[in-house]
Formats: sequence, structure tokens, C-alpha cells
Amino acid sequence: MTTADELRVRVAELLAAHPPADTPRGDFLRARFDAGLAWVHYPEGLGGLGAPRSLQVLVDSELEAAGAPDNDPRRIGIGLGMAAPTILAYGTEEQKRRFLRPLWVGEEVWCQLFSEPGAGSDLAALGTRAVLDEAAGEWVVDGQKVWTSSAHTARWAILIARTDPDLPKHQGITYFLCDMHAPGVEVRPLRQITGEAEFNEVFLTGVRIPDGHRLGAVGQGWAVARTTLMNERVSIGGMRIPREGGMIAPVAATWRERPDLRTHDLHQRLLELWVEAEVARLTGERLRQQLVAGQPGPEGSGMKLTFARLNQEISALEVELLGEEGLLYEDWTMRRPEIVDFTGRDAGYRYLRAKGNSIEGGTSEILLNIVAERVLGLPAEPRDDKELAWKDLAR
Amino acid sequence: MTSPRAPFDLLYSETEEELRSAVRSLLADRCAPASILARVETDQPHDPRTWQTLAAGIGAAGLLVPEKLGGQGASHREAAVVLEELGRAVAPVPYLTAGVLAAEILLGCDPSSAEVSDLLRQVASGGRLCVPAVPLTLAPGAPLPTGVRDVGAGTLTGSVTSVADAAAADVLLVLADTGLYAVPASEVTLTPLVPLDLTRPLARVTLDGAAGTRLADAATARAAVAGALLTGAGLLASEQLGLAEWCLTETVAHVRGRHQFNRPIGSFQALKHRLARLWLDVASARAAARAAADALATGAPDAPLTVAVAQAYCSGVAVRAAEECVQLHGGIGMTWEHPAHLYLKRAKADSLALGTAGHHRGLVAEFAELPAPGTRPGTAVAGPTP
Repeated sequence: MTTADELRVRVAELLAAHPPADTPRGDFLRARFDAGLAWVHYPEGLGGLGAPRSLQVLVDSELEAAGAPDNDPRRIGIGLGMAAPTILAYGTEEQKRRFLRPLWVGEEVWCQLFSEPGAGSDLAALGTRAVLDEAAGEWVVDGQKVWTSSAHTARWAILIARTDPDLPKHQGITYFLCDMHAPGVEVRPLRQITGEAEFNEVFLTGVRIPDGHRLGAVGQGWAVARTTLMNERVSIGGMRIPREGGMIAPVAATWRERPDLRTHDLHQRLLELWVEAEVARLTGERLRQQLVAGQPGPEGSGMKLTFARLNQEISALEVELLGEEGLLYEDWTMRRPEIVDFTGRDAGYRYLRAKGNSIEGGTSEILLNIVAERVLGLPAEPRDDKELAWKDLAR
Repeated sequence: MTSPRAPFDLLYSETEEELRSAVRSLLADRCAPASILARVETDQPHDPRTWQTLAAGIGAAGLLVPEKLGGQGASHREAAVVLEELGRAVAPVPYLTAGVLAAEILLGCDPSSAEVSDLLRQVASGGRLCVPAVPLTLAPGAPLPTGVRDVGAGTLTGSVTSVADAAAADVLLVLADTGLYAVPASEVTLTPLVPLDLTRPLARVTLDGAAGTRLADAATARAAVAGALLTGAGLLASEQLGLAEWCLTETVAHVRGRHQFNRPIGSFQALKHRLARLWLDVASARAAARAAADALATGAPDAPLTVAVAQAYCSGVAVRAAEECVQLHGGIGMTWEHPAHLYLKRAKADSLALGTAGHHRGLVAEFAELPAPGTRPGTAVAGPTP
């Protein structure tokens, strides 16, 4: 067990050996990984020290205070939040050593090839096929994926594909690490209602993946994917937001600065949403305090639902509040933003982009089912798709 | 906006959980829904035996009163936990009025005066039941009532309507034009009213030459009452939270067990989504109510804003939870013998008590500097700093 004091010593040693001011960014990040200070709860040799996860905050804040570069976690969020914990849990030693260091340093960007046009909320219905070429020891993959953030910058992808269509849909899936530079991988931008293309479609045609890039056993891909998906939802709740932070901030600012726009109807709706935003902030803060106290509550499952609804309602109000200006939009030019950022954009963009908040990372309808079944213990709806072979399902 | 102080402590301490267990087990013994139902239509809707155990045995009556004045020296955080449990049981005991509002009014007067400290000690010990003679709907930030006049030497005339728990009171705290008076119940005429919420009886209090003991001058009295209303509104959020939680838990249990169309009705997605949303609302109400209790306990400068947020939010959640409870119980929810109606009546009455959600949103507008059309921002009591 590594203590806070030991971590402080290690941070000081790292900073002494690699002064941030004189060390190239990449060199510093590699040294930080090798010192076990990348993600302290990971094992030694893999960027960590086997320390409690809660101590990461201490390392991050000490390094930030010293002006050390970070690894731009928002740009490589899929690798950090989804690929890495899955590789750690299911990867071979060779896979962990090959992939985790360049992933954390940000030299290799990752994307996620899960969703398909025919398998969104019903992810396990996916139809992308992987067939083993036994002579070559390679899998041959054909299919189409969609909603793939970062695919155009990614070097690697986590991929789930169907390896046995005769089994029920959850059983015939296998999990792979896919080289995005392999022949047969084609990435096309997917333009969205905002006019921008954050996401991509990815077409896979005869893509060959060596068996050594399979993660977990053949046919066990669904269990591996669940690890990835659980980690996707862990991230919310850790952040501390100030009062009137988030989406309510620009609306409240406009309200204060522009008395000419005020109406009684808008005032009532603004106050309701201001109160709800404050309560959501307090709920997130309570969740954070529970985590710190070692009593994680089930509230985390609900925070995404709350923020999706609030973001949509607040941004909708903002467009109305602006009156004639609400009829305008800043720029329809197709751009390719690397990260989604609601700040510094106009109300129309926020309104349109927030529509995605109740769809991406699990639709609100699916999340409500999860809360109802896992938190409240309500029974699942009867379903007949669990026993049928995938090839016999209605499509 | 930067944070000038530590954020609210939104969790429950071990001491608070112990207090909760004590109150909950008392209420489980004495306040089962059937016994409340049997009581509410009698001429004694209050449950004096439970109140006595809660007030004196558990010490709830003196939670907010310092030890040197005979109380427990606890804080609003503990009082909030008591109210959560009382809300969960829709208990017919006068804790909100006597244990919170009256105690806070007396503490807002000069406790070094013998009259005030004597009364506080009796209140804190549960020896005398003291209730403020103000309408239950009186809200923090609203003009105080002016219906009672001192016609000379502490002789009071006037009347106050919709006074909660007056029927159980030994002493009434009366706000008159010249100050605050302690008036023995024997000096006033009580006209019981038929309340929407049967578990919190209402009466009109008529003073016709009633003799009272003056406890504070007019300015002190008004400030004390205003402060108590703020506290009461903040802690009422915890009662609303407890009530909403009971409604959610009971409804979930019902839809899991009730079968229609050869399935538990809780397996239908339409119902699951409603209950999941309600659970989210209740989880959020808990954060809001805890923030208000902690803000009051620590005397946070933004306590008025935090209380207004909690009331603006929790009122609606409690009513929605009770309405969903009735609806999702189907026909059973419409019957007198199922306790759902007690919760709906309490929730609806609570949404008027100590200021409606709309009133509290108006306070949010003032404190967060989000003025209504055509007004200049007022002098904010608490700005939008976290």
C-alpha cells in the first residue's frame, strides 16, 4: 500500500529528474508513466503503484501546481476511460505492456467500434462479422460501425464483432483490438444536426486482425464489453461544479445583462431551471462526498439523466430568451472538433448539441430501465431475444 | 465564481443515523398507518403519548436549544433528520411547530431574560407545548401578520387563522403590534377548522382581552419570527423528503407484487420509467434538503438562498411522489383504508406551508440576482456564490 507521503516523495523525485520547464512534453509524460504516477491504482510497471485510486487527485494536483504538462485527457478520453480499464482487466501481459503506455501518453489515440446502424441501444444485436482464417491465425472482419468519435485521429480501436451467429446474441460476440491503419478500414465523417462532424462512420471490409489482438476468450466479448461500458459511466460525478456553473451560466448572464429580453413567462421558467440546476449540482456534490467517504450511492446512475434533461431545457430556454438573435446560428460550416465543448459557442449550437445528451453513452430510456431494474429492483420486461440464435432474430 | 468556503456537508453523521433509528423505531411502534387513521377523525387528532416520548424521551423538543438553556445543543442537521422520519410516518405530532418554530422564535428573543429562558427550558424538556400563533402559510420574506393588538398592559385582542397544532398547545406565542407575547391556551378561544391535512390540525385563534407575558419588543419579535420562518421552511424540506421517500418505497413494493396481464405491473416500462424519474427526484430532494439543513446549522451566509432552493424544489417532489403513489396503487390508492391519502394531504398542505414553491422561486430571483421584468435587482441577502 502506497501512502500519500510516499506519493509526494515520488512526485518530487519525478519533478527533480525531469524539470517540466526543460523537458519535452512527451519525455515528461513517459517518465511520469514509468514512475508509476500515471494512474496510481494500476499495477507497477503499467503506469501505477497499486495505490488507492483516491490518491490520484493528490498526484494530479501536485503536478499541476508544478506546471507539469498533462496528457490532454479529454482528447484521449476513450482510450483512458474505456480501452485502458478493459485491457487491464482482460488483456494478456503482452497486450498490457504493448498498449497501455502509448495510450496513456497520448501517442496512440483510441476509438470505440461498438455501435452499428442496426444495433444502438440493443448493442448485443450487432452484425459485424469476424471469421477466423485458421491458416493465417487472423480474423477477417466485415461490417459497419457508427457514432465513432475520434476514428479519424485514432491509431487503435476496441471492437466487438460476431464470431458465431448460431448462438444467442450475447454469446457469439468476441472482443478485438483493431489497428485503424489496417487495409480495409475506411473512416467517413458523419455530419450532425449542428453542421459539424464530431463522429464518424467506419466501414470494415476484409480487415485482418491477428489472433494476438483478441481481448478475452472467443465468444466472451459481451462480458468484456460490459467492463468497457461500466467504465464509460463511472466518469460523471467526480467533478465539482461551482454554483451557477454549467449550462445555466450563459442564460443567467444574458438575463442580468439584457433587461430588454425579460418577460414574465421566461422569468418563471428561468427560475425553475436555475433551482433545478442548483439541486443537480448539490446532488453531484453529495455523490462526490459519498465516494470520498467510501459509501458510493446509486445516484451516479441518475446524474447523466438529470444533466441531459437540464441541458436540453436550459439551452431551449436560452434560444427563446434571445428573441430575434435566437433565429440566427453562428456557422454551419462543417468542422471536425476534437472534443465537445459547450462553452464559447452560441445558444443555437448548445440547443442542437444538447439533443445528443439523451442519446450518446446510453439513451435516457435505457438508463431509466437500468435505474428501475438495478436501483429500484423492478422486474425486467419479458423478452424472447436471449435464447434465440442471433441469425434468427427479427431485423 | 470561486468558492469562498467549504461546500455543504451533505451526508449524515453517525450521530444523526443513531437519532434516526431511535425516532424511526418509536414511530414504528406508535405511529403505524392504521393507528393514525383511527385517530385523525377523533376529537384528539394529535398523539400526545408519542409526542411526549419524542419530545422528552428522545429529547427532540430541545434539539435546537443550547444545553445551558436545558436543551440538547444539537443543530438543524439533527432536527432535519427527525423531520425526515416524521414525514415518512406522517406522524401527528407538533414537532415542526413546537420543536422548530417556537424554539427558534424564543431563541431569537433575549434568552437572558427570565421569562424567555424559563419558557425555553419548559419547551426544551417537553414539559409545556408551545406553538406560534401564526398562519401555517406564513412564508419567510413575506409581510408579517398585524391582526393582534395590545390594547394596554399586555391585554391582547385580535385573531389569527390557520394556526397549526394550536389545539395541542399549552402556550401560544403571539406576535402583536407591541412585541411577542406568551399567552396561555386558557386565555384564547380556539375554533377548530377542518384541515385538508388531517395529521396537522388547524384552528382559528381568537384573543379577546387575553392576558399575555411580553417576551420581546416589536423589532426583536419580528426579527425572531422572520428567522424562525426561514429555519422552518428550510427544515420542512426534510419532512417533504421523508414523505416522498415513503411514497416511492411503498409504490415500488406495490408494483412489484401486484400482477395484471400475467405480469408484475412493475415490469411495464411505462411504470418503470415513472418510478425511475421519481427516484431521481427524491435523490435530488435529499441533496437539496441536506444543503438547507447544513446551511442553517453552520449559519452560512447563503442560507436564505439555499433554503429557498430547497423549498422551491422539495415541495413539488413531495406532492408528485404522493400523487404517483395514489395513481400507481390504482383503486386501492383512492381508498380511505390505504394510507396513501394521508401522505397526499400532508404533501399538498406542506406545499402551502411556510411559502409555496412559487414564493420561494421569487426569493431565489432576489438572492441570485435574476430580477423579474421591469424591476431593478434588489439588495441581495445572499449572492450566487457557492
